[in-house]
Amino acid sequence: MCLAIPVRIVRIEGETAIGEVNGVEREVSLIMTPEAKVGDYVIVHAGFAIQILDRQAAEETRQLFDRMAQAVEERRRQAGKRTG
Amino acid sequence: MLVNERVKGLCQERGEIRLMEVCGTHTMAISASGIRRAVDPRLKLLSGPGCPVCVTTDAEIDTARRLAERPGLVVVTFGDMIRVPGSHGSLAEAKAEGADIRVVYSPQDGLKMAMAEPEKEFVFLGVGFETTAPTVAATVLAAAERGVRNFSVLTMFKLIPPALEFIASAKKMKIDGFILPGHVSTVIGAKPYEFLVQRFGLPCCITGFEPADILEGILLLLEQMERGPGLAIQYRRSVRPEGNRVAQQLMSGIFEVADAEWRGIGRIRNSGLRLKPDWQNFDARLRFGLRSARSSRPASGCRCGEVLLGLITPSECPLFCRVCTPEAPMGPCMVSSEGACAAYYRYER
Repeated sequence: MCLAIPVRIVRIEGETAIGEVNGVEREVSLIMTPEAKVGDYVIVHAGFAIQILDRQAAEETRQLFDRMAQAVEERRRQAGKRTG
Repeated sequence: MLVNERVKGLCQERGEIRLMEVCGTHTMAISASGIRRAVDPRLKLLSGPGCPVCVTTDAEIDTARRLAERPGLVVVTFGDMIRVPGSHGSLAEAKAEGADIRVVYSPQDGLKMAMAEPEKEFVFLGVGFETTAPTVAATVLAAAERGVRNFSVLTMFKLIPPALEFIASAKKMKIDGFILPGHVSTVIGAKPYEFLVQRFGLPCCITGFEPADILEGILLLLEQMERGPGLAIQYRRSVRPEGNRVAQQLMSGIFEVADAEWRGIGRIRNSGLRLKPDWQNFDARLRFGLRSARSSRPASGCRCGEVLLGLITPSECPLFCRVCTPEAPMGPCMVSSEGACAAYYRYER
């Protein structure tokens, strides 16, 4: 129920933004993230942005995920060598 | 796998490690991703009372249902609530019998409906945790600013830290650490959990919802078990240590803390929210003179109460899959799409 998804802000009209997610536009209230700007990603729950996504943290997490995926792939290759 | 190497090391001195999440989105992600089956079986990943619909009591559903039966009154709710059985059936059944019950994505949609149909009364079911409460607070504020008189809220909100305190205090649950909810924490920040580390010495990690987020969160918890408990934020892209202050102010401006009844647990002090005296004209209980009904006994044999506390897994309930399925659910953990029983039914049986 606390599901919330990242939405990219396309336009801002007062306290309301038009956000885009997977090509679909929807209305998002910015009342809780007044500093959000066009181009920011916001975390949206029940029609309200509850936080602005921290791009640097998101990028670091993405890199960590990549490294985890590489480590898994590397182990799989090594396991393949041993059995093959 | 790095997690399993750590589990192996830690389990030389103990039989098992019990980590609990308290968020329905984590419940679903852990089941769907296969993480539980991929990790060493001595690492128990338990679901706590993290689904607001599941912890809503029969009495609360009955109150909502009684409201919906009033002519000229519209009950507006998030979709999750509609199939949950009370002691006299669900809201879906009331709707089938002609009650005007409408499902919305945002509480704002309920306010828009109230403004479009001023001859009817609209009651929004205020279900959810700290993630949802500010959105309803903002909607009440908007209703007041626009002078809307036919909109009110039936508050049934629950708060996560008091539930965690209950679980940490209960010796029989033997929890070794908490996978803390990402979006509740986006609102409240890290500070409200500090007592878990300071008073209970429990490892804590605020965790995101991708499978890799959850694995990293588990890893951080296992590291804390080796080196000493702390309060980590894995989900840094959304969670600031101080949380979202605007959301906190909205919540504390409109609501005040009150005792609340949790299904499977009972009453927990200061674990709910009600409208502050200045906002009571938006309180559906006062507007319609509703008295809270007593909670009735659960359906015969239903063990959702124990599932909600991680005391048993869904497959240990004798009803699971035999008589209780998503098509014919006996208890809330099977009804809700985020309930532990629904997650096990779909991904882990």
